[in-house]
Amino acid sequence: MILASLGAILSHWRRHPVQLVLLVLGLSIATALWTGVQAINAEARRSYDEAASALGADLGVIVRSDGGPLTTEDFVNVRRAGWLASPMVEADFSIGPIDVRLVGVELLTLPRGATTLDLDDAEDPGAFFQPPGQFWVNERLAAQLERQETPPLRISDEVPANTVITDIGIAQSLLGASDISRLVLSGTQPANRTPLRDFAPHLEERAATDSADVSRLTDSFHLNLTAFGLLSFVVGLFIVYASINLAFEQRRATFRTIRAVGLSARMLSLILLAELALIAVLSGMVGVILGYVIASALLPGVAATLRGLYGAAVTGELGLDPSWWAAGFGISIFGALAAGSQALYRMLRLPVLSGAHTAAWFRSFTRDLRLQTVAAVALLASAVALYWTGTGLLAGFALLGALLLGCALLLPLPLSLATLAGQKLARSPLAEWFWADTRMQLPQLSIALMALMLALATNIGVGTMVSSFRETFTGFLDQRLAAELYVDAGSNERAEAMQSDLEGRVDAVLPLWRVQARLFGEPGDIVSAADHATFRDHWPIIEGAPRVWDLVASGSAVLVNEQLARRHDLELGQTIDLPGGWRPEIAGVYSDYGNTAGQVLAGLEAMRERYPSADHSSFGLRVAEDRVGALRDEIMAQYDLPGSAIVDQASLKQLAQQAFERTFIVTGALNVLTLAVAGFALFASLASQSSMRAPQRLRSGRLGFAARR
Amino acid sequence: MRHRLRMASLAMCGLLAACVIVFASTARSQSFAGLGTDATGFAVPERGRVLEFPQDHGAHPDFRIEWWYVTANLADSDGRRYGVQWTLFRSALSPGESDGWSSPQVWMGHAGLTTGEAHYSTERLARGGVGQAGVSAAPFAARIDDWALSSNPGSDDAILSSLAMSATGLNFSYDLQLTTDQPLIFHGDRGYSVKSSQGQASHYYSQPYFSAEGELEIDGRSIAVTGTAWLDREWSSQPLASDQSGWDWFSLNFDEGEKLMAFRLRDEAAGYVSGTWITAEGEALALSPDELSITPQATADACGTRLPVEWRLTSDRLGLDIATSPLIREACMETSILYWEGPIEIEGSHVGEGYLEMTGY
Repeated sequence: MILASLGAILSHWRRHPVQLVLLVLGLSIATALWTGVQAINAEARRSYDEAASALGADLGVIVRSDGGPLTTEDFVNVRRAGWLASPMVEADFSIGPIDVRLVGVELLTLPRGATTLDLDDAEDPGAFFQPPGQFWVNERLAAQLERQETPPLRISDEVPANTVITDIGIAQSLLGASDISRLVLSGTQPANRTPLRDFAPHLEERAATDSADVSRLTDSFHLNLTAFGLLSFVVGLFIVYASINLAFEQRRATFRTIRAVGLSARMLSLILLAELALIAVLSGMVGVILGYVIASALLPGVAATLRGLYGAAVTGELGLDPSWWAAGFGISIFGALAAGSQALYRMLRLPVLSGAHTAAWFRSFTRDLRLQTVAAVALLASAVALYWTGTGLLAGFALLGALLLGCALLLPLPLSLATLAGQKLARSPLAEWFWADTRMQLPQLSIALMALMLALATNIGVGTMVSSFRETFTGFLDQRLAAELYVDAGSNERAEAMQSDLEGRVDAVLPLWRVQARLFGEPGDIVSAADHATFRDHWPIIEGAPRVWDLVASGSAVLVNEQLARRHDLELGQTIDLPGGWRPEIAGVYSDYGNTAGQVLAGLEAMRERYPSADHSSFGLRVAEDRVGALRDEIMAQYDLPGSAIVDQASLKQLAQQAFERTFIVTGALNVLTLAVAGFALFASLASQSSMRAPQRLRSGRLGFAARR
Repeated sequence: MRHRLRMASLAMCGLLAACVIVFASTARSQSFAGLGTDATGFAVPERGRVLEFPQDHGAHPDFRIEWWYVTANLADSDGRRYGVQWTLFRSALSPGESDGWSSPQVWMGHAGLTTGEAHYSTERLARGGVGQAGVSAAPFAARIDDWALSSNPGSDDAILSSLAMSATGLNFSYDLQLTTDQPLIFHGDRGYSVKSSQGQASHYYSQPYFSAEGELEIDGRSIAVTGTAWLDREWSSQPLASDQSGWDWFSLNFDEGEKLMAFRLRDEAAGYVSGTWITAEGEALALSPDELSITPQATADACGTRLPVEWRLTSDRLGLDIATSPLIREACMETSILYWEGPIEIEGSHVGEGYLEMTGY
């Protein structure tokens, strides 16, 4: 009996394969986007953790208070004072066309636990720090570096993505400077060491390195992805909902027959539940595979974005984790049950001999509509509440979600009212039938329309946001990249020599000083502005005191970027605490697109005076546009600089724009996918609709209406 | 996390093992093979070379290995006994010195402190060339991190008449003043000390006459101490023969004023025994292998293995028949390479105290 019923119920799919495909596809797509996004997030987080543990980011450090580099003498003095500290240098470095993060460590003093590298299998450990040294890289980077000239490569999976770990001496000679970025501290320190302030007041101890902040910085990015994944899941569920309803509707007669021959409603619903579960598992499997495909297609873009935006290293490679399968099946079953629960519930309460069809549905729809409207109002109210009370990104997303879902749920009400009004105003029987019929379709159609509305709203929102970002960014680039040539001399000494050399040969030399500093306790930096028309004319100031550039040049005031000003409610005239006890006034706020960190712009002379050891290895050159190419070649030849060290404005803008476009590749892709899912939901819904309306069409045909008219 | 720590410590040990292979006095048997490797490119000790001071107190970067090794037998006002060890090892990956991180010199400091109840030890490592560690001859100063063995102002650097010696561990530290007016003692043939029957040798001299005075600090508690100290200076490029696996080394101060430095290098056969007898008048007599016998007695569980913590030393020529016993049996240096080093007491024909080192077991 049960088997026979099962056969009868399942035979439906044989007769309607398209429906089955729609259902499985809907569930798989919902599962796929969600698992794909989760996989990307998990992979990225794993990379952050690895980078942190491989480079001792969880250990305390000693750094210069002004953010400048430490010297070998600093290191020796710290050791002489009894501290167990190890020098580390970390910098961006190009090996041919490949950009890597170069990390130099000192193996003999490196604290235990500072690295997970298994340097044990080195046959000759002296080879690590005796020239030419060794490059420790992961397999992926090793493959990329194969054709480049490097010290012998050692491969270890423990090395973070895109990172070269080598001896500090080797790293320093490659970087052309004997700088030390920080001293990494052992977890346990002798008790009677001399406090830093007694012998090196310019140094300070910090809990951990800034790289631990990477996961904090990237949190918002991952939250974005998660929100997209969730949206796709919800939209996918609409498809599933439509397909399941259709399948249940079409089998109503079968169910009645089965019930009539004696199968209990309970057993029938169990059979249907099992059917749903089976379909869910099948879809889950397809979904996880699809999710993997999506994740691996998107991951390189995500990795590039994360690297470009936050300097976070993500491998760009994906492992197939068994926990995904579980999560994929779980979410697929959850989705199927969520979408099918209403149909199941209705089926349970189905009177065995009821002939009621669309009209009965519609009655329940009017009841549902009331509930739905109440829910929508509640959601909109919570959105308003969140607007007033919520802070932070998560609250922002919750607000958006509540607003979107509230609006979507509210959608059937005006539709229902409009069709009702139409029906009332209709003068001809055909028009009246049209309005009544349209109204009858609302229960089914509104679901798909709600899905489409959600996807469209998101699409338009994201599209507008990206294009307005692009516009602002392009404008910003024009203002910010005012110098025609930018030179990276590699070291401060070299930069100074080149600058005095070039003085007179160009219209202006604009030294660029930069210091990493804690601003309001968070990592940020202080950069210099030369007293030159370039800055006065071009710098994108949002809000500024009168004669702001004179104030900055005099050293009595600084500018802050918009991010810093907004985060800490800074106002003009207020003072700001900078390293080294400097407390200048804030004379203006400027826009600083894409920078997640706070930034302070200070006068060049003030920077020279306050932070003499600051990095100033780069500088800008103003020169007539027609001389740019020739001058670039001339400088490259004269100072034996690689092409990557001297960039003209046009290519820099192009690079920046490329980085920008890359940033939104993932957003764009998810946007399109979501819209596709919503379109699909509408299609599924209309298909279901049209099959349900077949009897009506037949009836109207009999009444004399041609199918085409 | 534990796994990571283990990997990291393995990594360190692996590196150290290779560096330390050449640190004769501290390696385990399997690592000792490295000491027998040939000294290509490195200078080798020459018989008849006259050592000059203060220059030879300093580093000899053309030789593969070198050490500055102080052991002190101390007591507090209540008569409780203590031992202190301060050692700086130098090892060259290739001959010579250069400034900066590319220096081929590697330095390792070991500090030990022994009480009647416990043994404390710690280690420091450093690269040469940057100033974190090194030795200068005049004024004499051997340093690694905040540890120092250095001349006080006015010290006669020819005999190292006045030194300050300090080291710090996580839960112990010491700060001692070492003074003497006695000359240096040269081992073997005027400081050319043969280490095997195949002719391996080192340059080796001592200043065994130090009076020591200062403070120990253990777990935040200070203890004033006085006693004696013994400085060993040795450098070479291939001190062990290929079949030698480790050694047992003694520095002994007898109550009547005599002193004895004795060592036994172990191999598959009878081993190679040698030493220097220093009379109460300060005359040094080199002892040939057949003039001295060093025999292990009772063993005990220490350093993760069975070690002969009691010894018998006899010499017909000197009329010597003594037995040594340790102040504490567990005097393990828990550094990258385990070895035993601690104060001992002497009974028998001569009475006194001294230091014992056992490596390569």
